[in-house]
Amino acid sequence: MRPSSTAAIAVEHLGFAYGDVSVLEDVSLRVETGEFLGLVGPNAGGKSTLLKLVLGLLRPQQGQIQVLGAPPKQARRHLGYVPQYPAFPRDFPIQVLDVVLMGRLGLSGGLGGRLGGGLSSHFGAWRRRDREIARQTLVDVEAGDLALKPIGALSGGQLQRVLLARALVSEPKILILDEPTANIDQRLEGEIFELLAALNQQLTIVVVSHDIGFISSYVSRVACLNRTLICHRTEAIDGSLINDLYGEQVRMISHEHSGHEHSGHGHSEHEHSENEHEHLKHA
Amino acid sequence: MPEFFTALLEHGFLQQALIAGLLASIGCGLIGPFVVVKRITFLAGGIAHSVLAGMGAALFYGFDPLAGALAAAVIAALLIGWVRLRWRTGEDTAIGALWAIGMAVGILFVSQTPGYATDLMSFLFGNILLVPTRELWFMALLDLVLLLSVALFYRQFVAVAFDEEFARLRAVPVDLFYLLLLVLVAVTVVLMIQVVGLILVIALLTLPAATAGQWTGTLAGMMLGATLIGALLTSSGLALSYAPDLPTGPTIILLAGALYLVSAVSAGVRAKRRAEQAVRATTTRD
Repeated sequence: MRPSSTAAIAVEHLGFAYGDVSVLEDVSLRVETGEFLGLVGPNAGGKSTLLKLVLGLLRPQQGQIQVLGAPPKQARRHLGYVPQYPAFPRDFPIQVLDVVLMGRLGLSGGLGGRLGGGLSSHFGAWRRRDREIARQTLVDVEAGDLALKPIGALSGGQLQRVLLARALVSEPKILILDEPTANIDQRLEGEIFELLAALNQQLTIVVVSHDIGFISSYVSRVACLNRTLICHRTEAIDGSLINDLYGEQVRMISHEHSGHEHSGHGHSEHEHSENEHEHLKHA
Repeated sequence: MPEFFTALLEHGFLQQALIAGLLASIGCGLIGPFVVVKRITFLAGGIAHSVLAGMGAALFYGFDPLAGALAAAVIAALLIGWVRLRWRTGEDTAIGALWAIGMAVGILFVSQTPGYATDLMSFLFGNILLVPTRELWFMALLDLVLLLSVALFYRQFVAVAFDEEFARLRAVPVDLFYLLLLVLVAVTVVLMIQVVGLILVIALLTLPAATAGQWTGTLAGMMLGATLIGALLTSSGLALSYAPDLPTGPTIILLAGALYLVSAVSAGVRAKRRAEQAVRATTTRD
């Protein structure tokens, strides 16, 4: 596997350690343009670290990474990132629209663009076009009515949509999400993944999750990471694979779930209860 | 109080003091909110105290103490910023060390400068009644620097204050803007030293912004509010301290503390009342 310009993300023999604790060993992974990759694995299996390396927030100690045919730092402008936990204090005095607008930083050219989009437009203010895009994106993620709310007033699910909008306004080619549904209930989880499936028409998506069963019906491929890459395949996930991955007996509860079935916006129309999802639990 | 207003019309030094207070308020309004939301109060305190080294050295070698203060503040800001960016941890210790070492160096210099012991008190606690015209211009210049920097890079500063990781991913040079923000904090500290002195600076930097923050939901609102509150505090502190001949700096700070307390209590009461109303509204709807 050689990195070529056609791959969205090409990771080759990647190794990374925090101090003397090895987190990733000999990881090779290729994500093609237009894919919807689910990255699963146990906690502390290196998923978030791999994302940070792809985003260029960490530097690989071994091997190499190419994003859109370039080193991660250069490709950053084309990456949209939704973190697992917001890195900001929830009591920060800022409105939702202004949070989303931060995704527009660094999009204009010239000196201003290089400094993160400062000087090119009217001093510190946003251009009308940027505001329109931000508002429209909030509508797209079904959070249009939140634009003027303070960020601290949002529920977990609302915040997740806002973070998604912030990632989308930068017009990314690749969308990277770290456990986007970790802090919300399963009904909303389905809605978020429906939204991602729709976005996948235009974007390459990589989503990290610890919930293999749930994401496998949405993504085009699953990669399993526990320090090193254990599998990447599209076929159904069985018990032995999960044992390989988690290294212990796990209980697998398999259920039919109505993942791709649209049920409108009303949450109450969802009739399936939580345990209709395929769900994994450590035994 | 009435004596203050008649005196204000008569004495040029009082008018200058009033102007000095208003000039300091601009810095307090522009930079104070960043110090509060970025939670770098301790860092700003470290910069403020290390300034004494610069003022003492300037006195000893016969330069303008304010120029020495500015140099020391900027150097301290860059040092602390560098420690934080380079090592990520240990920032606390570095600030504490710089804080104390700066004071120690300053006091040694002052002690070796004959006849300047009285200056030490005004460095530490401010002397708004003795601001020469030249220094008013200097303060105005510093205000201009602050105003231009914040106006030009408002979005970058907000992004760096709000979420450094995301700003980095948007190709904002985060380290550069973080250091620039600390330099602006240093400039603001120097701007306020003449009014309240370097020990009390930290209160004027944070309390008006924190008070404004209890009543507004945006950073721009905090800036406007903190500027107005700062102007109110410095002017009324000057007026109240004049007749009984109290030191102005500490009077201003006590007023700031009292206003903050009253504001915090009433904001708390208001939030509680709103929550109760919201609960009542939902129960009646059902």
